[in-house]
Amino acid sequence: MVTSRRKFIKISALGVGGITLSASAVNLLASNPLLDAAAKKNLAKKLSRTATYCEVCFWKCAAWAYTDEEGDIKKVIGNDDDPHCNGRLCPRGTGGLGMYSDEDRLKTPLIRTTINGEETYREASWEEALDLIAEKFTEIKQKYGPESFALLKHGSPGSHLEHLFKAYGSDTIAEPAYAQCRGPRETGFGLTFGSWVGSPEPTDIRDTKCLVLIGSHIGENMHNTQVQEMSDAIDNGATIITVDPRFSTAASKSSHWLPIKPATDIALLLSWMHVLIEEELYNKKYVEKYAIGFDELKAHVKPFTPEWAYGITTIKPESIRETARLMAAAAPATIIHPGRHVTWYGDDSQRERAIAILNGLLGSWGNRGGFYFKEKISIPKYPHPAYPEPKWGWHEIGEQYPFAEMGNTSEVVKATIPNEDNPYPIKAWMIAGTNLINTLPQREQTLEAINALEFLVVVDTMPMEITGYADVVLPECTYLERYDGIRSATNRHPSIAVRIPAVKPKYNSKPAWWISKQIGDRIGLGDYFNYNDFEEVIEWQLNKMGTSLDEMKKIGVKNFERTSGPLFLEEGQDYEFGTPSGKIEFYSQQLADLGFDPMPVYTHHPQPPQGFYRLNYGRSPMHTFSRTINNPYLSDLKSENTLWVNPKVARILDLKKDQPVWLKNQDGILSAFPIKVRVTERIRWDSVYMYHGFGHNNKKLTRAFGKGASDAELISKIVVDPLMGGTGLRGNFVSILTEDPHKNTKV
Amino acid sequence: MRYAMVIDTLKCVGCSDCVVACQTENNVPHGYCRDWVTEAVSGSYPNLELELRSERCNHCANPPCVRCCPTGASHVIEGGIVLVTADQCIGCGACIESCPYDARYQHPDGYVDKCTFCHHRLEKGQLPACVSVCPTKCMYFGDLDDPNSEISQLLKNRKYKTLSPEAGTDPHVFYLI
Ligand code: SF4
Ligand code: SF4
Ligand code: SF4
Repeated sequence: MVTSRRKFIKISALGVGGITLSASAVNLLASNPLLDAAAKKNLAKKLSRTATYCEVCFWKCAAWAYTDEEGDIKKVIGNDDDPHCNGRLCPRGTGGLGMYSDEDRLKTPLIRTTINGEETYREASWEEALDLIAEKFTEIKQKYGPESFALLKHGSPGSHLEHLFKAYGSDTIAEPAYAQCRGPRETGFGLTFGSWVGSPEPTDIRDTKCLVLIGSHIGENMHNTQVQEMSDAIDNGATIITVDPRFSTAASKSSHWLPIKPATDIALLLSWMHVLIEEELYNKKYVEKYAIGFDELKAHVKPFTPEWAYGITTIKPESIRETARLMAAAAPATIIHPGRHVTWYGDDSQRERAIAILNGLLGSWGNRGGFYFKEKISIPKYPHPAYPEPKWGWHEIGEQYPFAEMGNTSEVVKATIPNEDNPYPIKAWMIAGTNLINTLPQREQTLEAINALEFLVVVDTMPMEITGYADVVLPECTYLERYDGIRSATNRHPSIAVRIPAVKPKYNSKPAWWISKQIGDRIGLGDYFNYNDFEEVIEWQLNKMGTSLDEMKKIGVKNFERTSGPLFLEEGQDYEFGTPSGKIEFYSQQLADLGFDPMPVYTHHPQPPQGFYRLNYGRSPMHTFSRTINNPYLSDLKSENTLWVNPKVARILDLKKDQPVWLKNQDGILSAFPIKVRVTERIRWDSVYMYHGFGHNNKKLTRAFGKGASDAELISKIVVDPLMGGTGLRGNFVSILTEDPHKNTKV
Repeated sequence: MRYAMVIDTLKCVGCSDCVVACQTENNVPHGYCRDWVTEAVSGSYPNLELELRSERCNHCANPPCVRCCPTGASHVIEGGIVLVTADQCIGCGACIESCPYDARYQHPDGYVDKCTFCHHRLEKGQLPACVSVCPTKCMYFGDLDDPNSEISQLLKNRKYKTLSPEAGTDPHVFYLI
């Protein structure tokens, strides 16, 4: 029998125009009591549900895992009471059970070994693997001090291991989510408002009258609550303004799309400030009461006219004026969104400062339709002895970046490469839940550091590229099979959510809390792990919070009243911001004192030379980083990325739709795999675009291997943010090769 | 009672959550789907339009798939829902050929499968899986015969279209534009 596989995304011409509804004669041919076969299969089985929260991305929506009588998970559905998802998961969350059912999962501990002079892995028991790891923990501590053992992590497993590392005496902890993603906006907003943006962002999109997205592609990044609220804003007739060189999904929902020349965003932001101030459209009362440095700002932005910005950004002066006026008309219910992956050109904290200042001029912070005052509930600390004081840690390693507030992964990598002048040598890594090979730029540097390590242990659910470099690989069970810490996140009101195992761990996988405790017990840190099962920890914490594990198993999410005061400022209310002055700081004395620009300035960034195109990358709604590409459900939706190329470019280079091409960046680095061409008007002629996370080169990922190209491998040039160490990733240029450059190099 | 679906293309972001939700709800095997997302771009940079559309069986009031089915496996039930009874389906594929929307596929178990409007959920008072999961809430479902239903009101107050009206199938999935 022939089975046809339908393509999930069909590209076709726009459909035909509207028709009027015909009075339909309902054709009741027969009423059949038989249900269709598939539904019958489902109905026959009684499903029971278990409370969890999602781990497919960092949004952590609360959900229910539905399990049939045979103990198989059938579906995952959002929890109606959860302020993160309101009962609706995103495609990744809905496909979360693919993380569990993926037959490529890591199944048992592996230890690197040499057989006949060749390095390979052999299967090991947990006892053996954990004993070996414990031995290395002790050895590193004796030889170099515990600080030389670094933890690089992401997500829920990270927090269990963080506890282990702190108990052990190491604060050498970092995650790519900071210096490779959202760090600059925390610095920019922190310097201006004295408060981090945090996650989820406290943007009152639901009630906004004007949403401005600058390089932020809501809808393609499925940050669930944000997507839901943007949809509400569309219903409410809000004005949406999108600044993006690419015609993103959000751009297509916008009344104004400003197709900006890449790398010129600060010029546009300064020019918007110019218009607001020169036309006296800013929120005078608010600025007077809450901000300092307005006069300096006014003088600073005086020269940055829309005509000036036009020459830089290619955005027409009328458009700049018109959009600034729209923002002002809607203010304070206007949001210039801080964005999320904001490490672009190295002046990112300053760009975020410009965004923050613009919000400040409009009075958005603390006003309905702008930014609300978020609140969360703190989880009682399960008792354990005090952590020892490390001699150095992430802070010292990244100390040349005065505004860094979290560990910088790239600096940890650098500190691992042997160098006699380095006072903070790192000798061993543990990596949990992050595929550093595809996450960090400058892959060669990462590999050099890995080569220099005395010991590397990787904890993951999947055989990601990074596992191939480990001395020991530990198979973690998926989020659907384990307990984890209570989720408490900032929202309009506090809420908590629990993660209860829906089924027993498959294969020989184990939860990260268990791994941490096992290692802790073995290296004499048993006092820090004073429980047999993590369930006891959660139960103790929930009891302290006036609820119980039993209750939480039934409801999954518990919402609490606010205690920190109203969501928004009241008319004329006194308010002290978290900055040194207690005011919104348009002019930053903190920056000036350290020799940085106290107000954002525009600097020119290199543009692609002849024959090269800027490499832009971003999210597809169905994937998280590189971690979901092998998920059977999500790979069904999108199994490979394509190279977006403007038709003009395609004509010049004679590229056809679906033609495989290879990419070569400015440093001569080649893409390992070909990527298919997508000819589309949605991209400018000076850039190409691809979804991030594809081009896996580990054959053990059977669905993901070799599908599409990896943007990460082509990012060899970075510009570091001098304020917080963020690695600007958008300054790489590629040329397009139509012949396989690896043809002659293959062994 | 006349069930219909109304989808707001101005809000759909093309995330395909509706597709995964349908797969997990209805045991649709990997590699197949009952619903899918279409992307259509028109214009040239920078004057562009993009339409994203979640598509599925239109539960046509004049369904060629039912008319051509030799065994009666394809049939219409109360509310205008077009179904295939797997036990009666011989997998001849005539209905696949006749459907102008390419809404049906051959299930590896030998019968033809497609969207059912999740009538097993409707019976329990639940919305179709795709509708209930959509993060942008751009899909609406209800009774077209009831002038006060949400979908009737939307169709009354908004501009809309159906797909390939020229095929004469009288489709009952409507797209707000
Ligand atoms: S889930 Fe909703 S937003 Fe996503 S593709 Fe389907 S209809 Fe569109
Ligand atoms: S869309 Fe196709 S399968 Fe569905 S009722 Fe109409 S003709 Fe039949
Ligand atoms: S109504 Fe049900 S069967 Fe039809 S597409 Fe939606 S989820 Fe699938």
